[in-house]
Amino acid sequence: MPILEGQGVTKYFGGLAAVSNVDFHIDQGEIVGLIGPNGAGKTTLFNLISAALPFKSGELRFKGQKLNGLKPHRICRMGIARTFQETKIFADMPVFQNVLVGASFGTPNRLSQADAAREASQALEFAGLSEMSTVPAKDLTLGYQKRIEVARALATKPELLLLDELMAGLNPTEVSEAMGMVTRIRESGITIFMVEHVMKAIMGICGRIMVLHHGEKIAEGTCQEIAANEKVIEVYLGGEAHARS
Amino acid sequence: MMYIVLAVSWAMFSGPTGYMSLAPAAFLGVGIYISAVLCGQNEALLPLPAVILIGALASFILALIVGLVTLRLKGIYFAIFTFGLVVLLSELILWVELNINEISGRYPRYVDIDIILYITFGILVATLLTAYFIRRSRLGLAMQSIGGNEEAAAHMGIDTIRVKVLTFAISAAFMGAIGAITAPRVVYVHAAVAFNVGYSFLPVVMAVLGGMGQFYGPIIGAIVLAFAEVRLKPMYPYFYMLTFGIILIIIIFFLPGGLAGLIPKLQDRLRGPLSKLRKGGEAEQHANT
Repeated sequence: MPILEGQGVTKYFGGLAAVSNVDFHIDQGEIVGLIGPNGAGKTTLFNLISAALPFKSGELRFKGQKLNGLKPHRICRMGIARTFQETKIFADMPVFQNVLVGASFGTPNRLSQADAAREASQALEFAGLSEMSTVPAKDLTLGYQKRIEVARALATKPELLLLDELMAGLNPTEVSEAMGMVTRIRESGITIFMVEHVMKAIMGICGRIMVLHHGEKIAEGTCQEIAANEKVIEVYLGGEAHARS
Repeated sequence: MMYIVLAVSWAMFSGPTGYMSLAPAAFLGVGIYISAVLCGQNEALLPLPAVILIGALASFILALIVGLVTLRLKGIYFAIFTFGLVVLLSELILWVELNINEISGRYPRYVDIDIILYITFGILVATLLTAYFIRRSRLGLAMQSIGGNEEAAAHMGIDTIRVKVLTFAISAAFMGAIGAITAPRVVYVHAAVAFNVGYSFLPVVMAVLGGMGQFYGPIIGAIVLAFAEVRLKPMYPYFYMLTFGIILIIIIFFLPGGLAGLIPKLQDRLRGPLSKLRKGGEAEQHANT
């Protein structure tokens, strides 16, 4: 059974279909990439899954359970965590407190304060943030802030992690560190669904890729299939970009 | 003491979440008015502690309802709505008293000033303890993260509506309680006086003056303001508000952490040279060995 499944998922903004009749599934233990041009509806799809946005038509199921109509905090406690494209850290709070929030409120079963603190420090260590745990989150660079987002999401003990453009704005070193981190997260047994524009990262770590264009799913397959898919090249990868890579 | 309760209970909710509530006068007024009715005019209808509990409870329930309706509003809209609540309640009660009960204002029963003092002190202690424990609890962490980024907080598993409504109501309960003990103190209670909009801004001013970053910030603010009002206002009735306004502007510009924000800075100042001395000393020792 897939861990996450969507059928006919549709979201309109006014008269415009941001996500239109998308069917998809994510299997346990996969890393699935979601790509497409700007405005294709990638983040909107994430927002529907995490319930940041309500939707009327279509159905989402997580481990067989319907997600429609649930509030974001319920989704999180069910085991779906996410990061945000434009980082949404708790800027004035120290790094540790940022992650502690996830461990204190987002886990499927409520943890004691001591357990939550332990969980938070483990997540910090995993993301390589242990040394800066007392620094206010706003004082860190974008790369580290994105790590806070990941640590915070991991602290909620998710089974599925949604990463929204984790690598955007990072320098090449940071990108390869982030790629390593994503692989390690998968190795720890967490399924990953990621939106990304950094093709090197997508091609490097994803087992399967989905392509959205104008809200519709236009292709799906392994990295090789997608890289060779003419429709995808036309709307997204582009002739020139493809030639370069 | 009433000022401290107002400032601390206001900062309990509005401090960490950043939701600026202008409803304190409403909750205070509910407490005052309920107490004026229940205390009875000549003989006691209910014992005073019961009146205070009812005043607190009424404000709590009112805040629950108002919170459920308004806490989805953000920023200035929330502030304006809560402010409107004060005016609405004030007009409503005035109308009911004039047209149905055909009275204008009430005279609460005389209560010994010592008893009032003890009860006020009790409410103060309860407010401080609650504020302190909420600050250190899960609820405090949840509120802080809502203030930091509400959407992210919701995605971290926080039931943001519940947290906001609950703390809004708790803070309102203390305002209602302090209102209920104010009624017997002021002798004459009238809707326009009970729901004085000034009491909505007062806690904001005190909390900003004292600083909301620290637990003791609003307390300092309230003490300074109360002292200024009692001592300086009678001495310089004309310059008082003017000077106070200027001082407040200066604080907002130069001390965003309020007066309480000064304390850690001063500590740093003092510690700076000290630690330099200490390091210097150690270096010398190293050089000697």
